[in-house]
Amino acid sequence: MQLSDRITGGVLVALGGAAAWYGSHLPAVPGQDVGPAAFPMVIGFGLIACGALVALGIGQSFEAPDTGQPPPGSRLMRGLRVLVPPLLLIFYVLAVERIGFLPTAAIMVFCGALTLGARLSLAAPMAVVAPLLVHLAFYKLLRVPLPDGLIPAPW
Amino acid sequence: MEPVLEGFRLVLATDVLIAIFASAVYGLVVGSLPGLSATMATALLVPVTFWLSPIAAIATIITASAMAIFSGDIPGALLRIPGTPASAAYTDEAYAMTRKGQAELALGAGLWFSAIGGIVGTLSLMLLAPALAEVALSFSTYEYFWLALLGLMCATLVARSSPIKAIASMLLGLLIACIGIENPAGTPRFTFGLTDLLGGIEPIPALVGVFAVSEVMRAMASAEPPKMPKRKFGSILANQWMLTKKYQFQMWRGNVIGIIIGVLPGAGADMAAWVSYAMSKKFSKEPEKFGTGHPEGLVEAGASNNASLASGWVPSLLFGIPGDTITAIAIGVLYMKGLNPGPTLFTERASSMYALYIIFILANIIMIPLGLIMIRLASTVLRAPRSAVMPVILLLCAVGAFATGNNLFSVLLVGVFGILGFVMEKNGYPVAALVLGIVMGSMLEQSFVSSLIKSDGDVLPFFERPVSSILAALSISALLWPLAAWLWTRFSRHRRAGAPAQ
Repeated sequence: MQLSDRITGGVLVALGGAAAWYGSHLPAVPGQDVGPAAFPMVIGFGLIACGALVALGIGQSFEAPDTGQPPPGSRLMRGLRVLVPPLLLIFYVLAVERIGFLPTAAIMVFCGALTLGARLSLAAPMAVVAPLLVHLAFYKLLRVPLPDGLIPAPW
Repeated sequence: MEPVLEGFRLVLATDVLIAIFASAVYGLVVGSLPGLSATMATALLVPVTFWLSPIAAIATIITASAMAIFSGDIPGALLRIPGTPASAAYTDEAYAMTRKGQAELALGAGLWFSAIGGIVGTLSLMLLAPALAEVALSFSTYEYFWLALLGLMCATLVARSSPIKAIASMLLGLLIACIGIENPAGTPRFTFGLTDLLGGIEPIPALVGVFAVSEVMRAMASAEPPKMPKRKFGSILANQWMLTKKYQFQMWRGNVIGIIIGVLPGAGADMAAWVSYAMSKKFSKEPEKFGTGHPEGLVEAGASNNASLASGWVPSLLFGIPGDTITAIAIGVLYMKGLNPGPTLFTERASSMYALYIIFILANIIMIPLGLIMIRLASTVLRAPRSAVMPVILLLCAVGAFATGNNLFSVLLVGVFGILGFVMEKNGYPVAALVLGIVMGSMLEQSFVSSLIKSDGDVLPFFERPVSSILAALSISALLWPLAAWLWTRFSRHRRAGAPAQ
């Protein structure tokens, strides 16, 4: 997701503009000069200024050059793989109430491990053991109400 | 004397001792895994602290962060991958020493001087915090406004990042802090009709997303780090006393710089290490040896980052203004446990404060034996395949975020902040500034708006009070510093370019 400074700067200008515009429409507190609008507007104008400077390339000289290792796979594949963790989190939100914690967590760990290149002989036992341990720690010890769903835990 | 004894009694409780030991092991392991930072280790601990007693909760945060900052040196020295950003400054140096066959000396220096730095930093915390508490009692909203702003400005002075992008990150954090009805007027802002947003964005899901989920995402797109060859270590602490004597002055300078940077709100261990390493090179008698496996910079920066860790608690305990991202988490835990930060903490809860100092000292003492074991086991721990560690981290993010408020919206937030953190990091926007913006946003606005109401919209009182004028000058110079640095390099380059022509 390496974007040019023009794009990120432009996004910041747009976001700052939206924040300032939204802020200016907030209702004032009667009898006071500074209300809830002041802060978002200051931030909005600040973001517009920063975004414009970034888009113009000012301040680049301070940045360290990117020294990452060359990752495997094509650009598109990498892009898709990066989206796996947030997608798994969304899956967790959608599934956990319906099918319960243990199966949801098992699917998460299994998919995550496979995406990172684990062999089946590692991913499968991980998907069984890790959810059980996490459930034991959070449900039993920390009393977090994790939903039971289809497969209730043995404790 | 009674509060001191009470402090010892609090720390020597069984649950606290178990918490210290367990979080020490946890911090050492997580800190040593490349990519998993000390901040992340601390953020994932928060759900666990709900269930602990106040002193045990604080003990886990202190111990885990101190251990993680040290053990970040281990993969730095052995694999040239810093385990935490705070070790990045001297990773190349430590790795060069390993290549020269001095891995024991490099790792030992990391351990020994980390522990010394931690203890000296704690002593400074013990001396500075109560002294500053007297001053802090007379602070009004003007001073709090400038302190919060100074903290935010310091957070933008991150090494190796464009200051404009850093300020933009901070503003984005402040904008996120505007969400909800927690503002002086109680008006819902940026909620878009969603009831989940009315309460605002909690810092913990944001932190977990930005520091942990984005790291899992980064792992997805990068090659697996090289496996570490099995190696036998000789004596690790053998030559450390010699180094201590030889570089005593550098060690003390590192400690002092670390303490000063730690006390500044917003600037933490990463910056302390960078500044100290640069300073060590600049004032060294043999600067040409730097980068070739010379322990001098290691001594200074290794002491510095751990010293800053303890002194970073000074602004956090006194004003509720975080010294860095780790104390930003710690402040949340302090509030949760009824130890609300403020100058009165030192008079009303004196025994708890002594307990905190004792935990710090204890953590830095047990760091040496546990650290030695960790170094010996490092080749085993670092062999843990990333494809097994990262999915579990992701699962812990989901469960940990859910546990902070028992609602699934937080899990969604963690995902959103993961993407945001990933994109920002890739494009050179420092995420620490974003996080500090989120944490300090409501405090900054509160003090800003109530100051303006008090002064009837007049800005002059912001500069009139003596302490607030000093803080204002500091904040404004932090803002103008990059400009001055840029002009200076422009000017000197111009002069150098002009010189041969004459």
